[in-house]
Amino acid sequence: MLLALTACSGPARLDAEAPAEAPAADASDLEAIYWARQDSARARFTDADVDFMTGMIAHHAQALVMSALAPTNGASPAVQTLAARIINAQQDEIASMQQWLRDREQPVPEVHIDGLTLMVHGAGDHHMHMPGMLTRQQLEALAQARGSAFDRLFLTYMIQHHRGAVTMVDALFAADGAGQDEAAFKLASDIHVDQLTEIARMEQMLEALPGQTP
Amino acid sequence: MNHTTRSRGPASRTASHPLWSLLAVAALLGVAACAPKPMAQDPMPPAQPTPPPGAPSPDPRVGLGAGRFDPEEAIGNLRLLSSSRPPEAFVGVTNSDLAFKDNYAIQGNYNGIIVWDLSDPRNPTLVTEYVCPASQSDVSVYENLLFVSGEGLGGRLDCGTEGVQTAVSPDRLRGIRIFDISDIRNPEYVANVQTCRGSHTHSVLKDPNDDENVYIYVSGSAPVRPAEELPGCSGAAPDEDPNTALFRIEVIKVPLADPTQAAIVSSPRIFEGLVEPPQHGMAPADIAAIEEAKARGEFVVEIFGQERIVPSGFVAPMLAAFVQERGREVATAADSAAFREALPGIIAARFGPQEEEGDGPRPGPTQCHDITLYPEIGLAGGACEGYGLLLDISDPDNPTRMDAVADSNFSYWHSATFNNDGTKILFTDEWGGGGQPKCRDTDPMEWGANAIFTLEDGEMRFKSYYKIPAAQTPQENCVAHNGSLIPIPGRDVMVQAWYQGGISIFDWTDPANPVEIAYHDRGPVDPDRMQMGGSWSVYWYNGLIVSSEIARGLDVFELVPSAYLTENEIAAANTVRLSYLNAQGQPQYEWPASFVLARAYLDQLARSSGLSAAQITAARQALDQAENASGTARRTALTTLAESLRAEASGSRDAAKVRMLADAVRALATG
Repeated sequence: MLLALTACSGPARLDAEAPAEAPAADASDLEAIYWARQDSARARFTDADVDFMTGMIAHHAQALVMSALAPTNGASPAVQTLAARIINAQQDEIASMQQWLRDREQPVPEVHIDGLTLMVHGAGDHHMHMPGMLTRQQLEALAQARGSAFDRLFLTYMIQHHRGAVTMVDALFAADGAGQDEAAFKLASDIHVDQLTEIARMEQMLEALPGQTP
Repeated sequence: MNHTTRSRGPASRTASHPLWSLLAVAALLGVAACAPKPMAQDPMPPAQPTPPPGAPSPDPRVGLGAGRFDPEEAIGNLRLLSSSRPPEAFVGVTNSDLAFKDNYAIQGNYNGIIVWDLSDPRNPTLVTEYVCPASQSDVSVYENLLFVSGEGLGGRLDCGTEGVQTAVSPDRLRGIRIFDISDIRNPEYVANVQTCRGSHTHSVLKDPNDDENVYIYVSGSAPVRPAEELPGCSGAAPDEDPNTALFRIEVIKVPLADPTQAAIVSSPRIFEGLVEPPQHGMAPADIAAIEEAKARGEFVVEIFGQERIVPSGFVAPMLAAFVQERGREVATAADSAAFREALPGIIAARFGPQEEEGDGPRPGPTQCHDITLYPEIGLAGGACEGYGLLLDISDPDNPTRMDAVADSNFSYWHSATFNNDGTKILFTDEWGGGGQPKCRDTDPMEWGANAIFTLEDGEMRFKSYYKIPAAQTPQENCVAHNGSLIPIPGRDVMVQAWYQGGISIFDWTDPANPVEIAYHDRGPVDPDRMQMGGSWSVYWYNGLIVSSEIARGLDVFELVPSAYLTENEIAAANTVRLSYLNAQGQPQYEWPASFVLARAYLDQLARSSGLSAAQITAARQALDQAENASGTARRTALTTLAESLRAEASGSRDAAKVRMLADAVRALATG
């Protein structure tokens, strides 16, 4: 399952035996080493890493669809703040994941959003079956909800959605050879911890909603 | 949208309407409901970046040209003494945190550790490069020991560079590596302590009452490793597995005489019960309604820390039951009065403390990112996912939570810094994890910023946000990150890394109005795309400001006098000497008696008009004369000056500072 592990033994690979007093390289040499090492690091990935990035782009895209409803559906200020931050964070992460795939010459999914309709080109057609993804019926229910009913549904669905993302990271980490790449490890563990933190916050917000049955 | 939540108590479920239905249920069934305690709110004013008066506009940091080793730079009130590129084996791999020992800076790198000799800060020399990959390789020192964090999946026990290719492996290191650095040129790898979540960062605690051990608080933020790899590790919810690796930190005890015996001694659950929802305090209209209800003679009780009107529908049956207990059918006036007095007790009994019920993991933090230990004042600041915690660390094995704050503007609580006298604490929000550009002109100034709190009776009170005032490009990862206090006497001044936002030095003496006083910034690493770079961390160490640049190496700066900082203040800061420094261990700064210390206070009094121009001139002259004198003449002159200053203090608008000055002069006289 390891795609390009042989590249790790390429010329730019680190040598643990390198002498401590290596001759000082000049700037252009260092620049060349820098690039070579970045390229080498990019060669260290597995199918599981690629599937994760590809899937998570589509997964994040649905969070954008959901969050975009907040301003128009009468969400409370707290939920609007949350939704704005989800949009900001996940848009940036989508760009990072696309870049990660581009750097590794993998197909890069492009996201197109038209209202509730999400089209992800280049991600295959399995992306709607990822953990936590909302069904079309759930999305429509969310789009129809207003005010505090929207808040409740948004938080409930976003918790479901985030839990799915956490599951995807756990699955990535359980795959042999995955997450060795520094960028993939950082992206995945940032998503893991950020979404767990946000789940905790959303559970609190949900409990605080008026009319909540104890 | 701007609000903090303060929480100390157990689980909370609060809402206005369901409260009464809850009460009804409790009354009917005779069972107590869970015991919520919503916390008082501090109003949060919006963040307003304060450009220094006379600051150039546009900010010179905006629009800098890109380059890996040759970007454009902007610098204000700082001098760059040197920029050292990473040794070849570490180029292109992330430089992480710093620790300091004697004249050495120890720099973590995802490939291992690098040691620089800073004896000549204009020309740091590379003394050690030790290849031993693991992210984040955050480093700490104590005496002859060096501790290094390992969290990434590719870290190996044998320091090999080939990574670990299976999900479960006996070769993987996730936890703390321990090196003996008696000979810093030849670190000796002596021990490991493996932990369930690995070590993203860690803090080293030297207990003033224990000279035989040091303690390491391990913070791990990555997913829990499988039990097949490290027996006993579980990522389950606490109700499924009470030994879950979630919801705890790990404390490692390291015997100094034999560090190979280092082991986990406890896993304190400092997050227990942190579930209070973020919410606003009462609106003015609600407060008015309560006051009106009281005036009308309605029953008002405090429930969950908030005054509430008890609906008459609930009062009637309770009153009836109360009267019945007193052996009557119909309430007398005395019964009513007694009932009014008893009602808070009745309500409290109904809502008495109870374990949180319900399924699934408790909401709340499962771990910390950073814990800043300040043993001299017995406190630690924990930056733990959605919360900032204040911890009592007087018993190092068993840190306990004193207070917790949440903030709807904070995404991910990352690290904490106390001011020197322990009256304030500053938390950072590493929104986006440090790998995202969060300082664009469209990003709110309250997000990815610092939040500044005062500490009052063990509680944290929000005062303001601080974020670098210069917008950065989408090609620059930027958010609040690591830094330290600069020991400017009489002021709270901090230097802080903002990744590719550069470094920013700011004064937070007035916690409500932080002001930037110096900066350094480079253009993006790459002109076309976001490529990780910038200052991971920057610390003051014995007069130097040392920055670990993720992509570019090590930068060393010194402060330059400006309208915000005088030569005397900088020189007084530089009288403070440390023998070592760790990122998450805060030393208490102490200023030895010196003429420059007294002059620094005088400069501050001139700035604040705490003394008149004539008083300041007289004091400066007296100090000069005393410095030129010697023996008894000097002592007499200083004693006289100290006494006259002490007399002037009461008439000053800055009496406390005048007394500090008088004390500094007296210390010179007796020194």
